[in-house]
Amino acid sequence: MAGMNTKSGVVYDARGLVEPDPEPPMTAVIDGDTAVIDATDLTTRKINLELKRIVYDEGVNEVTIVNPGSKHSLGVGILKRCKLTFEGSPGWYACGLIDGPEVQINGRVGWALGENMMSGSIVVEGPSGSLTGAALRGGDLVIKGNVGARTGIDQKGGTIITMGSAGINTGFMMQRGHQIICGDANDGLGDSMYDGFIYVGGKIASLGVDCVPAEMTDEDHEFINRKFAIYDLGTPPDFNKFECGKVLHNYDALEPSERKLVL
Amino acid sequence: MCGIAGIIHRDGAARIGDELTAMLNSMKHRGPDSTGYAIYGPADEMVIVRFVLAEPNDFTGFGMDEKLERNRAEVESRLAKIGAEVATIQNETGYAFRATIRYGGDLKPLADYLEDIPGCKVLSLGSSLEIIKDLGDAYTVHDQYGLAKVSGTHGIGHVRMATESDVDLASAHPYWAYPFADVAVVHNGQLTNYHSWRRRLERMGHRFQSECDSEIIAVYLAQQLENGLPLETAMKHSLDDFDGVFTYLVATGSELGIAKDEMAAKPLVLMETENLVAMASEEIAIRALVGTEVETRDPFEREVLTWQV
Repeated sequence: MAGMNTKSGVVYDARGLVEPDPEPPMTAVIDGDTAVIDATDLTTRKINLELKRIVYDEGVNEVTIVNPGSKHSLGVGILKRCKLTFEGSPGWYACGLIDGPEVQINGRVGWALGENMMSGSIVVEGPSGSLTGAALRGGDLVIKGNVGARTGIDQKGGTIITMGSAGINTGFMMQRGHQIICGDANDGLGDSMYDGFIYVGGKIASLGVDCVPAEMTDEDHEFINRKFAIYDLGTPPDFNKFECGKVLHNYDALEPSERKLVL
Repeated sequence: MCGIAGIIHRDGAARIGDELTAMLNSMKHRGPDSTGYAIYGPADEMVIVRFVLAEPNDFTGFGMDEKLERNRAEVESRLAKIGAEVATIQNETGYAFRATIRYGGDLKPLADYLEDIPGCKVLSLGSSLEIIKDLGDAYTVHDQYGLAKVSGTHGIGHVRMATESDVDLASAHPYWAYPFADVAVVHNGQLTNYHSWRRRLERMGHRFQSECDSEIIAVYLAQQLENGLPLETAMKHSLDDFDGVFTYLVATGSELGIAKDEMAAKPLVLMETENLVAMASEEIAIRALVGTEVETRDPFEREVLTWQV
């Protein structure tokens, strides 16, 4: 297809679509069931095609992506158990829509890490932008730095562990799952949440609408200790627990079976 | 969605035209409509005037050349009348001009007098600031205006995706904080109380060049500076006075600052080293500048930060 070349090397077709009909670049260095992809000169689409090729077709279980260069949407849509390591920082929407991979990111990430992730784990050594774990459905996200605003917005499951501090409206409209924040949380914590639990180790600027303090139980301690042990995060600090006050969304007007459907 | 970027070199002037272009080009996906730069070179005793005499879209047409020539002569004549001695006038693109003048008077009457000429818009006035903006992506504007030659100590830039107003040069960023020398603003976001603030500021005697909501930030800050407030305080006030979502950068001859709204709805990534401070909507732009992995952070909501250059 006739394309328009630009200075960045990305080809667009007449409709403005980026890189129509691309092929995997076949540049990964495969050694048994491990492989290395150098992302330096590859576009987002080429990196993801190469990644899918070696994970699905070549049966590689451990992939290291070097020089990700903060490119967006890397490692999305991998639906297989495997180990992915990023040596460096991917950009926005990293590892969204994944189901199974165990991801290690030796860098930082931009906005919307692990969006709609189904299962697996993502560990980020640096900070993360806003919308971390948006609509997360399962699996664990561990961010060792700070996270931006609206972490776990619309979260429907899974666990988000933040070792640093969190921005405004953390857990906004959260529907299920857990968030563990070791640092401080800014205004509007758990605003309009439906369900799930948020644990905060530091100070809270203010609680959002219908987010209320709750008692820590033995189960909570066991859960937090277990997660900290899995990811080798040291001794957990003392946490305050928050949950939904259940007065905002007409909970009383629903039968328990309907409530389950809504959630 | 728009992309913004800023650089401060603490160890003297660098090829900031090329650097900002690389940053802005990497964020082309955030806005391909127009690109703009506010670049601060070494302060000069001359006043630098950047102005346009037509919109690029209106540039062709019957009699346009004669009209531009007439208006250019009118600019020179008016500069002479107001007591400015013209050292150079360069024609950059046919409709965009750069003049250096010797002028010790007040900048407001100068700007007003020039803008009274039909089609004339003063993009920037100051002893070190130059605002360059036009339609197209970063490399288009870079090549058109010869930015490879431009060096400076600090600067801000913008790639625009038009949401609230037209795709034209008048709505392109950065905006000069008329009539304050050397103050420029770029903005990513939407301001929802634009009209009420515009009416308020117009009653105070400020002029607007465009229908773009972002222009209000430049004019608002100019008004605050006129009231004698330091830049940082003025920026803090803006967080309470503006409704909507925004991250904006503002630069003066000696300072550069960022402000982020209370919702943290618009992104910004910040890198700070001993000799270089760089900020951009996305980290990919910082990587376009430094090339290697660097430590960066995202400012939180309601953060206002300023740096002395």
